[in-house]
Amino acid sequence: MSDSPEKHPFLLTRADMFITWAQKNSLWPFGSGLACCAIEMIATAAARFDIARFGMELFRASPRQADLFIVAGTVTNKMAPVIRRLWDQMPDPKWALAMGNCAIGGGPFPTYSVLQGVDKIIPVDVYVAGCPPTPQGLIHGLMTLQEKISRSHPTKEILNPDARTSR
Amino acid sequence: MPELAADRPDFRQALEALTGRFPGAVLSSGVEKGESAVRLRKDDLEAVLRFLKDELGFNVLEDIIVLDNVRTAAEGGKRFSVLYQLYRHPGASRIRLVVDVGDNEGLASAVPVYRSADWAEREAFDMFGVRFEGHPGLRRIYLPDDFEGYPLRKDFPLEGRDGGV
Repeated sequence: MSDSPEKHPFLLTRADMFITWAQKNSLWPFGSGLACCAIEMIATAAARFDIARFGMELFRASPRQADLFIVAGTVTNKMAPVIRRLWDQMPDPKWALAMGNCAIGGGPFPTYSVLQGVDKIIPVDVYVAGCPPTPQGLIHGLMTLQEKISRSHPTKEILNPDARTSR
Repeated sequence: MPELAADRPDFRQALEALTGRFPGAVLSSGVEKGESAVRLRKDDLEAVLRFLKDELGFNVLEDIIVLDNVRTAAEGGKRFSVLYQLYRHPGASRIRLVVDVGDNEGLASAVPVYRSADWAEREAFDMFGVRFEGHPGLRRIYLPDDFEGYPLRKDFPLEGRDGGV
């Protein structure tokens, strides 16, 4: 390069920082509205709360196009194998958020038909309590997840594939 | 059942027709929790349903309800009471049939008479394990196929058996 550096601005950063910056600012949620929490999740996506501000407005109808699983609502034992399958269908890297008390631990349904917490079948990154959580609550959970992603080291997983399964 | 439904002409008429046609089938009758109810002998159920539908015009089977009489069953009563809620349209009158059935007894299916009995009986089977003989496909309707037990029985643990998956 014969030109001076001033004409070709550049940025130095760590690969981890750059990758996580891209990941956390374009999370594509998989909209799995299982119960009433779905209404609050939809409200979060709509104009008033507008998670497009976080780059998350692209709710996908297919798990294969999503990297964030928002488990919004009650998971019944009958639905549990389906949830597990949908999670397995999502490509890495992926994150899961348990929205509402039902997804966290069965909520008000300690019964024969309800799974007592979705973390029994998939690894959950962030829990958002509430019955249902407000859109503000969900946004707080999503921002917490963004922080968690920005603290992660994706290059470790790239260099060491075994680290991926440990998460 | 406490009082006789003297002030319900619809019910009295249906009851008289029923006792005239099926002597001995009606075990008792009366107003039970606001509903005109008839307790029937188990073996007469299908014939009574057909009679009520074809000749008395009770053309809707609204629901099938099951009660688990776990306490009285211990004292010699039958385990379950199966309730058939019938409705006549037009005319807006209702009649409830009550059939007592034991723990391991079968019960004639109402599907040949009322198509709407299909899912109602599957639900009753799913939740209480009442066997409806002659049902075209008596299998679970809500719960997973591999579920063990019948959760609305009073002796089923309230929080389930294994605490989830």
